[in-house]
Formats: sequence, structure tokens, C-alpha cells
Amino acid sequence: MSELVISGLHASVRGKEILRGLDLVIRSGEVHVIMGPNGAGKSTLSHVLMGKPGYEITAGSVLLDGVDLLVLEPHERAHAGLFLAMQYPTEVPGVSIEEMLTEALVATGHPHGGLRARLEAEAERIEFDTRFLDRSLNVDFSGGEKKRNETLQLAVLQPKFAILDELDSGLDVDALRLCSRRVEAATHETGLGVLAITHYKRLLDELRPDFVHVLAKGAIQVTGGLELAEELERTGYSQWIERDTVETSVSIAGFGDDPFADPFA
Amino acid sequence: MSSPTFTPDTAAALGGPSWLLARRIAAAEAFAASPLPSKEEEVWRYSRIGELDLERYATVAEAPADRHVAASSVASPAARLVLVDGFLVDSEIDPALAAAGVYVGRLIHAPGADLLLGSVMTEPTDVFALMNDAFAREPIAIVVPRGVTVERPVVIEHHVARGGAAVFPRLVVLAHDDADVRVLEVFRSGESTALVVPIVEIVASPTARVGYLGVQQLGASTWQLGSVVARAEASSTVHVSAAGLGGDYARVRTDCRLIGRGATGMLTSLYFGSGEQMLDFRTFQDHAAPDTSSTLLFKGVVDDKSASVYTGLIRVRKNARGTNALQTNRNIKLSEQAWAESVPNLEIENNDVRCKHESAVSPIDADQRFYLESRGVPPQVAERLVVAGFFDEVLARLPVPEARVALAGSIAAKLDAHEGVR
Repeated sequence: MSELVISGLHASVRGKEILRGLDLVIRSGEVHVIMGPNGAGKSTLSHVLMGKPGYEITAGSVLLDGVDLLVLEPHERAHAGLFLAMQYPTEVPGVSIEEMLTEALVATGHPHGGLRARLEAEAERIEFDTRFLDRSLNVDFSGGEKKRNETLQLAVLQPKFAILDELDSGLDVDALRLCSRRVEAATHETGLGVLAITHYKRLLDELRPDFVHVLAKGAIQVTGGLELAEELERTGYSQWIERDTVETSVSIAGFGDDPFADPFA
Repeated sequence: MSSPTFTPDTAAALGGPSWLLARRIAAAEAFAASPLPSKEEEVWRYSRIGELDLERYATVAEAPADRHVAASSVASPAARLVLVDGFLVDSEIDPALAAAGVYVGRLIHAPGADLLLGSVMTEPTDVFALMNDAFAREPIAIVVPRGVTVERPVVIEHHVARGGAAVFPRLVVLAHDDADVRVLEVFRSGESTALVVPIVEIVASPTARVGYLGVQQLGASTWQLGSVVARAEASSTVHVSAAGLGGDYARVRTDCRLIGRGATGMLTSLYFGSGEQMLDFRTFQDHAAPDTSSTLLFKGVVDDKSASVYTGLIRVRKNARGTNALQTNRNIKLSEQAWAESVPNLEIENNDVRCKHESAVSPIDADQRFYLESRGVPPQVAERLVVAGFFDEVLARLPVPEARVALAGSIAAKLDAHEGVR
């Protein structure tokens, strides 16, 4: 039984505080879902956990089985058992998934002799064409191919905990079903603990959540079960939205300079 | 220009048939009367030409005692010539190709020899071309008759063994109508000081296809001042490529002249600077006929305190309607002290053209590195994968694919050295 414990996490980007005291405990086999409005800090949380440069941690801790992740380099966090399925997987020209995972396995001292066979077997489970195994990572992949590619890596690397940063965005219905089923299976097969960040309930049709959390204003505001996700689907996040977030999202939506203007006028 | 060794007398002492001798002496006299270029000239801007001290070098008068050289970089080539300090020491050609009329060897024995030399470089591009005209000991020619395809690459290997040597390799490639040939020319030297001034002339007759790859793996104290001039006639394709890996200051100027309607020019290079070396590339895509197209892709990495220069000009002449020209130069800086200059230029005299140029100098992509690291790849390995991947596109495009594996190995060796110093 492994445990990922996030305590009192505060993080800033360019001097602006995004996470303001986030607490969360995830155990092996559990599926936690984080939902929340735009700008609530969902992607910041995923980046901070994995150690992406550009974020300043001002307070708090993240422990994986007692190991302080925040002092580790990203690759060391991966070795400790953390995986991040990115919202926008980066294109890496000239590097194939097999080359990358070989190096990742070599670095941890794991045998990588059967890697190709594992990749092919896992690709088949999510109906991911094996020709993608020899192509440059994510280069000219469709949105769905990129997410399948992330899921494939998750399946092969067998981390203790996986953060799924909007795995559902860019996925068609079939791919979403296959990918979320694969993650759900990992929770039973290898005891994977999951932190899934999403806007939409449809991810939860296959990936059965144990806990649903609302992240707003940089912290968990409320925790419930699947019924909370269903309620959010109906009511939205208006009760947790900050004024400045409203302004930001309204102007991004292209409704003009006046954030209080009636968009349908 | 007064130098005790690079004189008309030295040129005359190289001998040869009377037409060559006259050509040598005329070039040596012209060289003696010419100043060395300076950085103030646009085409030498950013270069280290001011540091050139010709007093440090001399032509090599005697054939090398040790003729042993490393094995060929390509297995079973169509032909292979080996030159040491400018002397041809070994040559072999597939008898079947010789029987088909393919000529690979000393230019003076080639059919129509006196017309080959200077057939593309009608005017020397600079004083170093004059030096090559004067002091090239054994110009080499590759002549492929009409309609003949040479399947395997022709390999020419140059080794500079003697310290202080000035060597002037000269190669003329003539592909007659509808002929097809690919040439790999490799330049290597030891660790002592040397100067290499190679000139390559390429003629692609109508519908011919010529691929050329020059691999520069000179020692860290060798200077190179090279020039490749190619002429592409109607519906022909010329692909001029280079790999710049070694040398102290190593320069290649490439002139691709598309003079026949529907001609295609490809210019492809990769370079990797380390230590304090400077790799310097100048290109001219000259569209002088209608419906011509050219595609240039140069990608380089600079590490340590090394520097690279890319300056390129796409010139579209008045009659060259329907021109399609691309120019892409991308550079990765692996260290803070490294420096890469990238200056693409366009000069367009016709409106019915499509031209695009693109250049970039940046550190290694942080997102790419993070992506690999987040999967458990250590930072130095991630860097190596990203850089090797960066060159992948160029390696895949090279006209001599047989050289890819060796080049990828050379790049990996440079990256290993990079990891070693960290």
C-alpha cells in the first residue's frame, strides 16, 4: 500500500499565488477526481507535483511513501513512482517512445529487454496502432493519438501514482473509453493510485472515482463521491468562482472588454 | 600577397599537362597579386579570416611514406579514392562501372580533362579558389556517361597527415544527361596544424541527378576554407550536403546555380561545434531559370565556447518565374558561452515566386526535456535524445544514406563528450 500525501501546498507562478494550501491524500488503488473552474490551479497542481520548472513552492510538502518529492528532479520523481499524463503532450522530433522508455528503464536499473513486446501488447489493449511506436513522439499525432500515447506509457511504466491532466480533452468517445478503462484496470492490476483532473463527467463513466474534489481558489473546497460530479454537471462552478477568474474567463471567451456585459446582447 | 611558399614557382613545380601548368601559374600569379579577404567584406562577416596566417603552412612536396589509412566509411562503394596530404595513394573502381564508361580518378586522365576544371567555377569565388587552382596537386574527376546510374556511392577520402601541411583537394563531378551518381567526400586530419582548401565543382546535365555529401572530421587544429559550386541544368536535381564536425575554423561556401528550366537544388547540412571551434556556412541559392526550386535545411548545435555562422542568400533572377525556394536554419545552443549566427536573405527580381525563409537560435527546448524527464529519463540523457532527434530530420534527408549510421555515431560521440565535462 502506497500513499501520496499533499499537505498545505502553496505555489506561485511569476509571483502570483495559484495554490493556496492544498491538502490531499491518495492511496494505492484509489481514484481521485479533481474538478474545478478555469484558473482554479488544476494544471498548476499537476505541474508542481511532477516538478516542471517555472513554479515556486512557497509552503507545504508532497510525500510519496514518506519520500519528499519536492526536493527531487522530475526524473527522480518518476523513479519514485509518479507519472503525469500531460494535457498537451510535447512533440519530441526524432525520439520514439521506445527510445525514451529504454532510457527511462536503464536509468532505474530495470530490465528493458522485453520492452518492445510490452509496448505492442499494451498498444493493442488501447487499440493504438503500433506504427506510432516507431514515430517521433507526438509529432503529427492527433489529439486522440497523443492521449493514447500517454496512456500507453502509463501502462508500461507501471507507476504507483498517475496524474491525468485532462486525459479526456481531445479524445473521441471510443478512445476515451479505452484509455479510461485501461487506467481503471491498472488500479486493480498494479494498485495504481489516480489523480484525474477534468472538466467533464464523461471521463468518470469508465474511471470509477472513489472521491471527487472541487478545486477552486487554489485549494480543495469540497469533497464527495460521484454524486458531486453529477451535481457539478448540472450547477457548474459559479459558487466557487472568484471575481478575477470570471473576468479572465469572460474576456478569453471573446465577449469584449467589459466583463459584465451581457454576452448575448 | 607575398608568401614564401604559395608562389608561381611552387605552382609550376607541381607539373602536369601544359594546359594545367598554364592554369596553375596564372592562378598563382593572380593569387600573389590579391589581398587576403577581411571581415569587412559581407561574405566574410562574422568569420575568423583575420586570424589566418599563411606563413604557418606549406604545400607538401613529397608523397607520404606511410600510406596506410583507415578503412572506408562506406561498405562496398562503387569506387574509392584515398588521398594523403594531397597525393592519390589508393584507388579502386567497380570494373563493371568502368566498363560502362564511368570515370573516377585523376582529372588529367579523364575524358575532356582540360574542359572539366573550371567548368562550373568559371570565376574563382575568392582568393582561396585561386590557391586551389594553383596548388591542387591531384585534381580528381568523376564522369558519369549519359543514362548511367551508379547505384553505390563513390567515396573520396582525404587524410592530412603532416603537420603544417596546406592541402588543396579538388573534385569535379560531371553527370551527363540522365545520369545518376552520389558522392561521399570525407576530410580527416591529425592533431597538428594544417590548412585544407577544398573545391568541388558539380555539373548536373539535363535530367541528371547528383548527390554530394562532404563530411568534415578534421582535427582540432586544422583550418578549412572550402567551396562547393554546383550547376543544375534543365530538369536535373543537385543535392549538396555537408556535415561539419571537426576543425578549428572550418568554412564551406555553397553556390547552387539553377540554370536550366525545372532544375531542383537541395542543400542540406548538419554541424556540431564544441570546444572553441567555429563552423561557418555560406550559401547561395541562385535561381536563374523558370520553374526552378530549391530547398535548404541547415541544422546545427553549438556547445562549449564554439560558434557557428549561417548566412544564406536566395537569389531569384528576372527570368526565373515560378521559382519555389525554401531556406531553413535552426540552431541549438547547448551552453551559455556558445554562439550561433543565423542570417537568411532574399533577393527577388521576379514577382511570380514562392520563397520562404526561417531561422532560429535557441537553447534546448525546455518542454521537450521536461517531457522526457517526467518519464524517468535523466536530464543529460534527455538532452542527448533531444539533440540526436533534432538532427534526425537532416540525417534522413542526406543524399548518401549509407553515411547516416556513421554520422549518427559521430554526433553521439560529441554528445558523450558534452556529458563528460558536466
